[in-house]
Amino acid sequence: MSALRLMGGLAAALVLAASPALAQKKYDPGASDTEIKIGHSIPYSGPASAYGTIGKAIASYFKKVNDEGGINGRKVNFISHDDGYSPPRTVEVVRQLVEQEQVLFVFNTLGTPTNTAIQKYLNAKKVPQLFVATGASKWGKPKEFPWTMGWQPDYATEGALYAKYILENIPDAKIGLLYQNDDFGKDYVEGVKRGLGEKNMSKLVASVSFEVTDPTIDSQIIQLKGAGANVFINTATPKAAAQAIRKAAEIDWKPTHFLTNVSSNIQTVLIPAGPENAKGIITADYRKDASDPQWANDKGVADWRAWMAKYNPDANVADQNYVYGYAVAQTLEGVLRAAGDNLTRANVMKEAASIKDLQLPMLLPGIKISTGPNDFYPIEAVQLAKFTGKTWELFGKVIESRPE
Amino acid sequence: MAGIDKNLRWAGIVLLLAILLPFIPGVSDYRIFQLTLVLVYAIALLGLNVLTGYNGQFSLGHGAFYAVGAYVAAIMMDKWGMPYYATVPAAAVVCLVVGFLFGLPALRLEGHYLALATFALALAVPQMLKHKSIEYWTGGVQGIVIIKPDPPFGLPLSQDQWLYLFTLFVLAILFLCAWNLLRGRTGRALVAIRDHHMAADTMGINTALYKSLTFGVSAMYTGVAGALGAIAIQFVAPDSFTILLSISLLVGVVIGGLASIPGAIFGALFIVYTPNIASDISKAAPWAIYGIFLIVFMYLMPTGIWGGLRKLAAMIRARRNAS
Repeated sequence: MSALRLMGGLAAALVLAASPALAQKKYDPGASDTEIKIGHSIPYSGPASAYGTIGKAIASYFKKVNDEGGINGRKVNFISHDDGYSPPRTVEVVRQLVEQEQVLFVFNTLGTPTNTAIQKYLNAKKVPQLFVATGASKWGKPKEFPWTMGWQPDYATEGALYAKYILENIPDAKIGLLYQNDDFGKDYVEGVKRGLGEKNMSKLVASVSFEVTDPTIDSQIIQLKGAGANVFINTATPKAAAQAIRKAAEIDWKPTHFLTNVSSNIQTVLIPAGPENAKGIITADYRKDASDPQWANDKGVADWRAWMAKYNPDANVADQNYVYGYAVAQTLEGVLRAAGDNLTRANVMKEAASIKDLQLPMLLPGIKISTGPNDFYPIEAVQLAKFTGKTWELFGKVIESRPE
Repeated sequence: MAGIDKNLRWAGIVLLLAILLPFIPGVSDYRIFQLTLVLVYAIALLGLNVLTGYNGQFSLGHGAFYAVGAYVAAIMMDKWGMPYYATVPAAAVVCLVVGFLFGLPALRLEGHYLALATFALALAVPQMLKHKSIEYWTGGVQGIVIIKPDPPFGLPLSQDQWLYLFTLFVLAILFLCAWNLLRGRTGRALVAIRDHHMAADTMGINTALYKSLTFGVSAMYTGVAGALGAIAIQFVAPDSFTILLSISLLVGVVIGGLASIPGAIFGALFIVYTPNIASDISKAAPWAIYGIFLIVFMYLMPTGIWGGLRKLAAMIRARRNAS
């Protein structure tokens, strides 16, 4: 009897000893029972400070998450520093985040040169550089940089999608391409060529570049018209994009006009270019435009508005950066919830690379976020929209393009 | 001579403390990296101080020479696989030549006009670095990523500790050279040109040559700083060398103390740490806080931090003598 009791006692003790091991919590620096520390850097000052609202949006999104009880019972401690869009400064603040403030990982750092400056350091330290805020196509290379991941559709993918649409819908297309002579522009060129494929390359009748510092791009537009293009892919940044739209109208060139998502802002590009001239232009987007009346009764937009009213009462609701910050923070929230109590850097990266068909309320219906061990491009689909003279009107289906 | 010995003794003590600094327990690699940046900026500030403080020529464009030095180092390491230490003398030579050549036409410009000409240089350089004709070398907007050097001979140091000591070594040599240059005939000639150009001419100083050479030497110091900075940051891109860098350097020179060698260290501490402190105080308006710091410093220490410290020391000495 006593032997039996002893056995039972032993068994109970074994179970007690084993059960914490089953649900063992694992932490790397920056994670604990009560907190998850996340590092971030963005220009709050300097010439690129307009992007700073993304940082404010992310901070206030996590404030909402914390008010509602946090993630798996842990509060998010979002530490955001100003880097003024200066790469040396980014290196300094990111090292501060990793080495002094001991964050679990770095999230949504903004800018291509700034992220390039910290990529090698973070990968050497094995600290995730998650969902960086840049559309360059070089952030999805898990073989070279297993700790770096992008988020938004990259520029090359966007270019490929325009090409794909043109091939399917405009059989006699003669394409004229305008691009900025830098990495940003070259990403588009590469994407358009990829979308066309070898056998359709002859449809690209002219591709003309300009310098970001050029005062006007009139001669480039005349050149494109002269080449006989009836399709115009305009990948210029806002100022030049507006000039291109205006000039095309002036010389009475009426191609089917595709405009990069970067320059699709109505207030800053299309109105200055003349809304009449911009009518019929096609662009691609993946986010809902909260000011668009078609979302008036949309649950996702209503929730977003409620969040804006409560947490960002002074903010400009027309600023799409608040949509961006909200959506990217939600993506991260999903990853951290999935990581559960295993908050190691490796597991956060593993969860980030195993998102399956996540639909976010502020992304267009049908756009799903998916990643895999070899797919570090979370959003790869967009929907086309046509400018009516007042707003962007979505048309067609969501189209997808997986980067090769 | 006793004064000189005393100065050297003090410099030796400070140098010794600086060598020991990274080995204090609890000083993280991040802190050492920050201190390395302080040393880098101190070299650049010393270069600008030779020009502005001693010779009275204003430059709003030293960020350009800093950028040239940084790119020389990055291109040599990335394209030619040269070791990091070889890039420092190369950056020095390139910037000496570039600075001297820029100094020749700039001679015709005095005071504010020279400030504007150098300002133009600082504005132009980041854009020139993006130009497609040299993109193969500079990497265009994307810049160049370089690999951080490991300590030699298998020394048990971290990369940051080693780079700090290497930078300190370069700094010590350059400070000694500057001190040697400025305390003698040449230094007196530079100051004479600053104080009264025409009188200096009459005394037989070749002002044109001196001014261009000063420009060259000043650019050389700043270029060496640029090379060391690039190695510490491991990355160069046009966006790293905006006009703000040039202005920060000028701020550092004035805050540290014009026409003083130790002033460069204090100026460097100011330009590295003030933006951090400012953004800790206010995320919304860090530059407003920075501005307040600037005004307070200028008001309390009109001759810079080094000037202020000397004045304080003199006051204490006077009080001690009186009692």
